[in-house]
Amino acid sequence: MAANEYIIRQISVFSENRPGRLAAIAHALEEERVNIFAFSIAEASGFGVVRALVDHPARAHERLTKDGFNVAFTDVIAVRMRDEPGGLYEVARLLGEAGINIEYSYAYSGPDGAVLILRVDRPEAAIAAITAAGKELIPSSAFA
Amino acid sequence: MPVSTWNPRFEGMPAAELDRLQYRLAKTLAYRLYAFSPLYHARMREADVHPDDIRSLEDVRKLPFMYKRDLRDTYPTGLFTVPREELVRYHVSSGTTGKPTVVGYTEKDIELWTESLARAFTSIGLGRGDVIQVSYGYGLFTGGLGAHYGAERIGATVLPTSVGNTERQVELMQDLGATAIACTPSYLLHIGEVAERMGINLGRDTALRTGILGAEPWSEQMRRHIQERLGIRAYDIYGTSELSGPMFTECAEQRGIHIWRDLAYIEVIDPESGESLGPGERGELVITMLQKEALPMCRYRIGDVTSIIDEDCACGRAHPRIERITGRVDDMLIIRGINVFPSQIEHALLEVPEVGEHFQIVVDRKGALDEMLVRVEVRKEAFSDKIADLMQIQRGVAHKLRNSLNVAVDVELVEPGSLPRFEGKAKRVIDRRVL
Repeated sequence: MAANEYIIRQISVFSENRPGRLAAIAHALEEERVNIFAFSIAEASGFGVVRALVDHPARAHERLTKDGFNVAFTDVIAVRMRDEPGGLYEVARLLGEAGINIEYSYAYSGPDGAVLILRVDRPEAAIAAITAAGKELIPSSAFA
Repeated sequence: MPVSTWNPRFEGMPAAELDRLQYRLAKTLAYRLYAFSPLYHARMREADVHPDDIRSLEDVRKLPFMYKRDLRDTYPTGLFTVPREELVRYHVSSGTTGKPTVVGYTEKDIELWTESLARAFTSIGLGRGDVIQVSYGYGLFTGGLGAHYGAERIGATVLPTSVGNTERQVELMQDLGATAIACTPSYLLHIGEVAERMGINLGRDTALRTGILGAEPWSEQMRRHIQERLGIRAYDIYGTSELSGPMFTECAEQRGIHIWRDLAYIEVIDPESGESLGPGERGELVITMLQKEALPMCRYRIGDVTSIIDEDCACGRAHPRIERITGRVDDMLIIRGINVFPSQIEHALLEVPEVGEHFQIVVDRKGALDEMLVRVEVRKEAFSDKIADLMQIQRGVAHKLRNSLNVAVDVELVEPGSLPRFEGKAKRVIDRRVL
């Protein structure tokens, strides 16, 4: 499998920091029948960025743009972790040892185990390091 | 002197000679007002200044101000200083608030108004052989007739289309070979759009090459847009009915509007304190019309915001220039004692590509301190998933505003399209201060 098959399109949405903005985003996604696997909110003074991994990124992007949101695609990777103590350490250590910097990250834990979503400075190198260590990456086809 | 000079004697007059001329004219004006204007006479007495006290050009600044409200308070002709039989014309400006204001002209007033525009039009390369389409309104408004007289004076052919019936304007422009048009910048853009719908490209299919644009605020960005889109050179024209009408334009350099010193003495003041400001400092324009007879205007607080450019112009004329008008004094905010004009914010934001041109200002008072917050929209192209990038945009805008306003500003990034849009007069300021 080529490295880019593991590069996943996350949607990132600019949002003002005031009541009702997340609801507006979530409602639009509901109307488009878009399912959210994982999301996080990063906040700064007066604004935030909502990041989400969804099953239909293109449809989500189109709808949110139509609603007037500032939306961007961002490349991330998703690594399956052991859902037990030390699972995160394992992945974080191998990236650290490979000299790869994590810009931000969030995670979800489901019936199929835990998944760590990562935005890194060098995605190809990260994919190589993770694969070499025998860890499982989730292909982008899982989020079509 | 440049080639395109209408009146070499006055346009080429050395600065020192202009100083003496202005002093003499100002002093004459003071006597005229003292003798014939009851309102200004009373005001001079109140300020304890007599025409004899004007002993140098700088002494003009001892004279009291005149205000727009003086024209309304003495409606219709209480500020006139000549008997009615001396008047050859009236113009009337529609007051947006309250009464209209009436202005009147003697024969000499019309002559000097025409002279001023003849110099201006000549300085942008117009003259005999040009066909000037005057698409300012004719009638009570000064724009149409003013430009008309100026254009005829320089030997150009006038096409007096006035405003409206835009398709006909385009047809006539094409059929009669108009080389220049005088109108508002927004009307010219409208003409350009109508022409396009008619399958006519103004730059390619007509002889148009010059626009004389004014009577509403516009920006350098709009100039570039008009010049590129319509393939013409666009020049700023300035004036109000109190001065006579449209009076002054930029020269071919397009770097500020020349104010003929034999006709007007200009100052820029702090609108709050009334103190004079130096060249380059932005404030309220104060004009003294040195030779008007029917309705003399002395230290008239015109309410427009600009600054004086005192450097020598490449065109060689020793007549000062003013910057493009950037707003009205009525819109001014005072933040921690510093005058802030919303137009300054607009200009500063135009230089930050990451944010849009719409903005909102919220002023509040925390304890004893004024706090100003400027909300701006992040452009789609500039949106980054990274908080650090967005915060850098925020800091960049704050830095830019701080540099241009000299007061610290908080900046809030908001979603595109979320700030109110305005047609006509924008209401961009929310002042929550309880004073």
